[in-house]
Amino acid sequence: MLEIKDLHVRIEAEGTEIIRGLNLTVKSGEVAAIMGPNGSGKSTLSYALAGRDGYEVTSGEVLFNGINILEMEADERAATGVFLAFQYPVEIPGVATMNFLKAAMNSQRKARGETEYSTPDFIRKVKEASARLGISMDMLKRPLNVGFSGGEKKRAEILQMALLEPKLCIMDETDSGLDIDALKVVSDGVNALRGADRSFIVITHYQRLLEHIVPDSVHVLYKGRIIQSGGPELAMHLEANGYADIIADAA
Amino acid sequence: MLKLVETLTAAEEAILEASERFAQSNEKHGAFASLRDNGLPTRRVEAWHYTDLRNKIKAFPPLAESVLQQLESVSHLGESRHQEKPVVAGSRVSFVDGKRHVPANLSAGVTVVHSVPASPMSGPADAIGALAALTAISGIAIKVEAGALAAPLEIGHSITGANTVSLRHHVSVGEGASATFLEHHSGSDAIASLSVTMTNLEIADGADVRWLIFQEEGNEATHLSQLNIKLGAKAKLSILSINCGGSLVRREINISARGEGSQIAINGVNLIGGTSHVDVTTALLHEAPGVSAQELFRNVVTSEGRGVFQGQIRVAQIAQKTDAKMACNTLLLSDEAEFSTKPELEIFADDVACGHGATVTDIRDEHLFYLRARGIPPKLARSMLVQAFVEEVFDAVEDEAEKLAFNSRIEDWLVKHG
Repeated sequence: MLEIKDLHVRIEAEGTEIIRGLNLTVKSGEVAAIMGPNGSGKSTLSYALAGRDGYEVTSGEVLFNGINILEMEADERAATGVFLAFQYPVEIPGVATMNFLKAAMNSQRKARGETEYSTPDFIRKVKEASARLGISMDMLKRPLNVGFSGGEKKRAEILQMALLEPKLCIMDETDSGLDIDALKVVSDGVNALRGADRSFIVITHYQRLLEHIVPDSVHVLYKGRIIQSGGPELAMHLEANGYADIIADAA
Repeated sequence: MLKLVETLTAAEEAILEASERFAQSNEKHGAFASLRDNGLPTRRVEAWHYTDLRNKIKAFPPLAESVLQQLESVSHLGESRHQEKPVVAGSRVSFVDGKRHVPANLSAGVTVVHSVPASPMSGPADAIGALAALTAISGIAIKVEAGALAAPLEIGHSITGANTVSLRHHVSVGEGASATFLEHHSGSDAIASLSVTMTNLEIADGADVRWLIFQEEGNEATHLSQLNIKLGAKAKLSILSINCGGSLVRREINISARGEGSQIAINGVNLIGGTSHVDVTTALLHEAPGVSAQELFRNVVTSEGRGVFQGQIRVAQIAQKTDAKMACNTLLLSDEAEFSTKPELEIFADDVACGHGATVTDIRDEHLFYLRARGIPPKLARSMLVQAFVEEVFDAVEDEAEKLAFNSRIEDWLVKHG
């Protein structure tokens, strides 16, 4: 599904290299958790994978089902099935949430050569998916993310994920700013989307999220590289002992 | 009087020559002498500093033929073959190449008067007033008596050839009456036409008037227009002005608030692309206490477009408790695009709240990335964000069909210029 080979990324504005030779393979249906201390490159990795301008890949490859997505623009990557759930979803005044959802779904369908959803079909799909996530139609009538609470923003991200049906979901610190109830709703939403042909990269600081979204593999990111990989027990170890001993081992 | 110019430009000569065709009148006489001695205004004239009319108007296209024929029989109200559908549902009087068309089934409460009152230029810098005085040979006078107009009344203007069409209208709305008007200007691309339109609007005490301006002339058209409003006491006035056409545009809105306690809202959208130059100049004169006024303009400039907003607020000493706010926000979408904003506050009363603000921005990267990360291609994403930017101006529009009509035109513009 996803193969990241010797990836180097620098932030253009600062000129510093943040990802320094990262290797990672995620199989179809796998949930891979990436954990790491502050400043290890977690958000840079997610932006580089999603194709944000200003995150310059200086070398390496990212093969998604055999295709190097680094050649593609952000919207083309999305249409191929890459989805980034943002750590801080932006508020966009003036853009109605429903219009945005329809534009996103139909743009992707168009790019893939599929027929676009009619308005009634679109509304039916949104209603079904929002009911499952406890999102009211009133919330969807508001401008995109404007005035949403932290929990509402994250639920809206999961709603988009459910509607766009991506193949690779990158979740950038989805647990940040969530209380325990919201965390449960969001995790249930993610778990409902798990399947044999959908992979997840779950980026997080804390083991807490991984109690709800149980990963198949756990990888420790430090100074732009994966320094250790293991199963869910690695996350437990980090929770109990912190990063110090693993960093020391890698040095 | 001292002459400012030694020689006239070809356009100035042509304007004076065209004006010779019409009977002499006092108002014309002043305008004639002013143009002959001073020429059209240049950047040295304060009110035209950002729009050098003298250098920008290279030629004065001949007056439309139909207008000349109409001159010979002023009462002629012939059928026009170019009747267009109204922008929003309602009744419509129209001028096609200056030829007037008034349908028989105008809304109840509207009276069309055949003679348009004279209106001299307001001062030496009033070039549009001078042009109207010298060349306007048609127009319409409309009266709305007490009561409410059930449907909007549209005054349509369209030009089909490389001609000059110069018109002057007079609209009066009686005490306590309410009415919506739509001033529409359209034309075709690649036609170097010139339209001059002067409208004087008198609003009596307690009246409620919405005046919508929709200017979508062709990409080589010159559009000069002026709306002069006298506002009574405890009246409501709401103006929505949309410019999305024309090569050289100057739109003036002059309001004199003469009665106490009125409410004024002026909202505008200027979409400026290609090499167009669009200037919106507003002058708000508070001559009575307790009038509140809000102005909000949203401008989008692409390619080598140039935009100008001049907003003047003058508060007379008697106009205590004036509350006037003005905001002008611009989205510059190319490196060559330009926008100039000039707020001008002149306050002689001591108990007032007046404020103004201007911003110039580009589309925010994080907004664009968010939309693109969801699969929305750059062109559509940009157009959604531009539309969101101008959307706020339409917040005050309650009628959904009206909103839709404006939005779809803005979408069309974005598709063409995005």
